[in-house]
Amino acid sequence: MNLTSLPVLSTGYWAATAMIAAVVLSSTAGEVLTAAAMKSVGDLDEIRAHSGLKGAIVAVLTCPLFFAGVFFMAVAFFALLFTLNHLNLGLAGPATASLTVFTNAVAAKLFLKENVDRRRWTSAVLICIGVYFLAH
Amino acid sequence: MAHRKLSLYQSMILILVAVCAPLGNTCLAKGMTSLPELTLAHPLALFAAAFTPWVALGIALLIGFFASYLTALSWADLSYVMLATAWGNMLVELLAHFCLHETVSYQRWLGVVLITLGVALVAPGPSHTEQPAPHNSGAPR
Repeated sequence: MNLTSLPVLSTGYWAATAMIAAVVLSSTAGEVLTAAAMKSVGDLDEIRAHSGLKGAIVAVLTCPLFFAGVFFMAVAFFALLFTLNHLNLGLAGPATASLTVFTNAVAAKLFLKENVDRRRWTSAVLICIGVYFLAH
Repeated sequence: MAHRKLSLYQSMILILVAVCAPLGNTCLAKGMTSLPELTLAHPLALFAAAFTPWVALGIALLIGFFASYLTALSWADLSYVMLATAWGNMLVELLAHFCLHETVSYQRWLGVVLITLGVALVAPGPSHTEQPAPHNSGAPR
């Protein structure tokens, strides 16, 4: 079957793959950087108990990693808008939503050194497939 | 992996993360589709759209999502928060079926079942990976 003949892939197989990859990777980068920022800031509930809400907001806004995370989240948002402008929602929606679940788990293990055990991998695979069916 | 049980407050934060994002997106979608078509030629119309009831409610819910998401990430792993709050995705499906009496396909019901299984598997587990303490140089404190 010629994949480029499908209506959803009228822009070409590799172009579609690149657009979906851009959304997934920028979204994952945003999530991981934001998580790293919040880990470096520390427990927000404790900060709020000691310094109040203002102290907690200042602690977050003075962390450069937080802005890096927000930047990549914004990139992911505009990449998704661009992708939806070129690809069918039926392809882009489920693909980006489900792949992001999986790439986040991989990135959390690689970059945040989280202990993603067998229970979390199984859960990630189930939710990844579930989100695909739900978004399709 | 150390098993640190979540407090009631922390569970409430995770519920807010799960609920606020899909409801916020739904409110935004409902608000934006009820508006006349917006173009970049009239950017003020886009600004005014933010003050219509459904869009404003959607923005408020998404601000609530981001605040609770940041709070959750400050005491729980990303891989835990992401998986344990995934049931928010199926909330919209359940609301659409039971409140709006919309027809939900078998494929979507299968998605709901798989997400439920995935969340049920990860939610009772450990929420936080204890990182090894930084090496102490031995300097007196």
